[in-house]
Amino acid sequence: MAESVIAARDLSLVFQTRDGPVHALSSVDLDIAPGEFISLIGPSGCGKTTLLRVIADLERATSGSIAVNGRSPAQARLARDYGYVFQAPALYPWRTILGNVMLPLEIMGVPRAERAARAKAQLDLVNLGGFERKFPWQLSGGMQQRASIARALAIEPKLLLMDEPFGALDEIVRDHLNEQLLKLWAATRKTVVFVTHSIPEAVFLSTRIVVMSPRPGRITDIVPCDLGPDRPLEIRETPEFLRIAQRVRDGLRAGHAYDV
Amino acid sequence: MMSRSVLPVLTVCAALVVLWYLGAVWMNWQLVADAQARAGATPDLTEMIRLTLAQPRPLLPAPHQIIGELWRTTVTLPVTSRRSLVHHAWVTLSAALTGFGMGVGFGVVLAVAIVHLRALERSVMPWIVASQAVPVLALAPIVIVALGTLGLEGLLPKAIIAAYLCFFPVTIGMVKGFRAPDAMALDLMRTWSASRAQVFWKLRLPASLPYLFAGLKVAMAAAVVGAIVAELPAGAQAGLGARLLAGSYFGQTLQIWSALAMAALVSATLVGFLGIAERAVARRMGVQA
Repeated sequence: MAESVIAARDLSLVFQTRDGPVHALSSVDLDIAPGEFISLIGPSGCGKTTLLRVIADLERATSGSIAVNGRSPAQARLARDYGYVFQAPALYPWRTILGNVMLPLEIMGVPRAERAARAKAQLDLVNLGGFERKFPWQLSGGMQQRASIARALAIEPKLLLMDEPFGALDEIVRDHLNEQLLKLWAATRKTVVFVTHSIPEAVFLSTRIVVMSPRPGRITDIVPCDLGPDRPLEIRETPEFLRIAQRVRDGLRAGHAYDV
Repeated sequence: MMSRSVLPVLTVCAALVVLWYLGAVWMNWQLVADAQARAGATPDLTEMIRLTLAQPRPLLPAPHQIIGELWRTTVTLPVTSRRSLVHHAWVTLSAALTGFGMGVGFGVVLAVAIVHLRALERSVMPWIVASQAVPVLALAPIVIVALGTLGLEGLLPKAIIAAYLCFFPVTIGMVKGFRAPDAMALDLMRTWSASRAQVFWKLRLPASLPYLFAGLKVAMAAAVVGAIVAELPAGAQAGLGARLLAGSYFGQTLQIWSALAMAALVSATLVGFLGIAERAVARRMGVQA
């Protein structure tokens, strides 16, 4: 088996707050192989976003170990090993779409001509060719989020970290973007870690689903999701799909995820 | 569309002018009545009103008198004349603009330092606020005299007073502007391992520009006030402040009011230019028109 892209061992993170310690992550063990599409699913407070932020070196674990591409998250971040997509597009409003996608390349010190070419290629990949000169406010929410995916891809990382990227979008746009994301993943063979709280979205996209539970944030189940590479939207009506969705739902229930 | 927005504005302006005329008649009435009584004349109402609006040294000059005085001292007199208001306005304007440049430069540098050095905010900010609590009218003579003993006279001391007034709004605005980017925008920079300089130039600075312009407009008006105040204490020979002072010595209310009007005109024009620059920058930065 190839070396893990992400290897977490007994990973814990405790936030010290005024109301006492909050166990955001507790003894998390997880291995992610190259080319996998992993969804982290669970209710709010289960630590799924925190885990993603630890991988990205936006938070530091308090104990345990984690390796990203065989090195520490900080080293991986400095080596620009990953692209990160946030819940909101977070495009800089004073930059055009092209300017936004070129920004990480500017920061990496890529020469100007190459920047534009690479950014344009990424925009074509998310079907935003022709919108280069628009400003963010001129695009719909779904288009803005696609631009932010293009921005994450611009540095050509092998690992894509996505934190509920479609959470704020309506279901029709969301379905469409899920299909596009699958195509993109099939075309680029990147490793994706995808945070969501939608069961159908997780089952539709993933090769494995990591079910998490709150208080303390922990993994309660890891569900294989081998629906094959070719997944039309209609696959969501098949018994196989529903069986996996049911197991995820059971996992959430077992973790008392529904006691709100 | 145009007429709908212009008509109310014109109506308000017209109402203010009417009020001003009524005020001029009312305030100058006693002056005229006393003079007429001394001369033994008994003018009728229309003659009285005409006289209240045509006094050489009225308590409150009528608008047309101020406009007349402005016209005489700007257009009729040559610019080289010592009574030319253009000459005096230029003296004040050059000090105000120099001070504005110094103050804005200092204000921005101070804001950058405060945002990047946590300790500076706690240690320097109270002093900055305290500096603005000192009445500039009290401070100006001290500064002018102190700089005078160092051999500094003319434009520079006035510019320093102007700068003293105008760095404050720039610093306050820019500190807020540099901190305007939200956590997500900053996290993005972190995921790209951007340096502090890159975060500053590519995120904090562009995000702060709207705040900069708000600060600049306040600073511009303050710079003109600062330059005028700096002309008052040392008995300056030229400048709008000198005109105000000379006018009040000799009871030349028309001279005072025309200098005031000129000062307002200069300030409004400068702030107007800033507004144009702001819109140009906003367009380049893709602000929704």
